[in-house]
Amino acid sequence: MTPLKERLVQLEVLRYYPDTDTEAHFQTYEVVCQEEWVVLDALNKIKADIDPTLNYRWSCHMAVCGSCGMMINGEPKLSCHAFLREYEGVIRVEPLAHFPVERDLVTAPDDFMEKLKRVKPYVIPKEIKPISEGEYKQTPAQLMKFRQYSMCINCMLCYAACPQYGLTPSFIGPAALTLAHRYNQDSRDGGRKERQEVVATHEGVWECTFVGACSEVCPAHVDPASALQQMKITSSIDWIVEHLIPGGKS
Amino acid sequence: MSRRPLVRECPPTSWYFRQPRYLRYMSREITSIFVGAYCVLLVVGLQRLSAGPAAWDGFLLALRSPASVVFQFLALVAAVYHAATWFNATQKAMPLQIGEDFVPGNIISGAHYVAWGVLSVVVLFLAGVF
Ligand code: SF4
Ligand code: FES
Repeated sequence: MTPLKERLVQLEVLRYYPDTDTEAHFQTYEVVCQEEWVVLDALNKIKADIDPTLNYRWSCHMAVCGSCGMMINGEPKLSCHAFLREYEGVIRVEPLAHFPVERDLVTAPDDFMEKLKRVKPYVIPKEIKPISEGEYKQTPAQLMKFRQYSMCINCMLCYAACPQYGLTPSFIGPAALTLAHRYNQDSRDGGRKERQEVVATHEGVWECTFVGACSEVCPAHVDPASALQQMKITSSIDWIVEHLIPGGKS
Repeated sequence: MSRRPLVRECPPTSWYFRQPRYLRYMSREITSIFVGAYCVLLVVGLQRLSAGPAAWDGFLLALRSPASVVFQFLALVAAVYHAATWFNATQKAMPLQIGEDFVPGNIISGAHYVAWGVLSVVVLFLAGVF
């Protein structure tokens, strides 16, 4: 077996320790890595061998848990999915943009969690039936209508990519609005009207100016930009029906 | 340990230099200035037309000035670019599901380009170009 290739990698990592620091600063590490490693492996090596005080989140190491999001050379990425071979020179690692930094690379997701709750991301049944009537059935075509939007892993990369969220933190944002769309599109759901109170507002889809960055960085190919544009269309139709058609109700 | 999160502000006037994709977005938005200015030019033209033949001839002459030709060229480029970004967005805003499958996005955007071409020919025909 040929030995695995090794490479000396330089990482410039943002450090912030809330008990003593008033500002963040960069710290440079040099670490010997294997050619096929990802940035998360390099951080783990640093933590194990060089500096145990370095803080960051991760869990699955396979791009499903969504906890290892960071800015890598200024781009929101899952660090377990950012291969070292794709980078040259010093790799700059920062916490996710647009979120408060709790410590080092760990950010506070509270705002996102709050917004997720507000869009009611669960099936609000159209009609409640007794269990004796059996399950709520769905055809494959009905499933495909929302399947893509249900693939979100809540990694918040789209929020770190979205300048509108950075500039206007009250914006509900790509992933939460996309989840609202996911449930609106579900044939079993009847909760669209309730969600519209959050979705069809200035803090909702109308804050989006279609930069499209969310869809470019999403590791799960959810395409939040597409969900938001579709919701703008349906919200506009609601408005027309309500205001311009006599007797119309949205 | 206390909780004292550090807020790193998004720079309000220079954020679009952070990423090439933000510059692409800004360039799309800036095209609307040219499109808007050209609409104003058309309104002025209408107003001149209603003011009589002399005013209209003066307007046509002004359109032929070098500055005006440069502006019209820039407005054309901006409008074409703006239209292309719009048509490319249609596949995201209006996905079409047939049975279990979605119609490929480039067919949806492509249909818009075709409609654009056909309508442009009709307009040119009505304007007596052919
Ligand atoms: S939409 Fe994509 S980028 Fe945004 S949180 Fe979900 S998986 Fe992450
Ligand atoms: S560690 Fe789970 S997504 Fe990266």
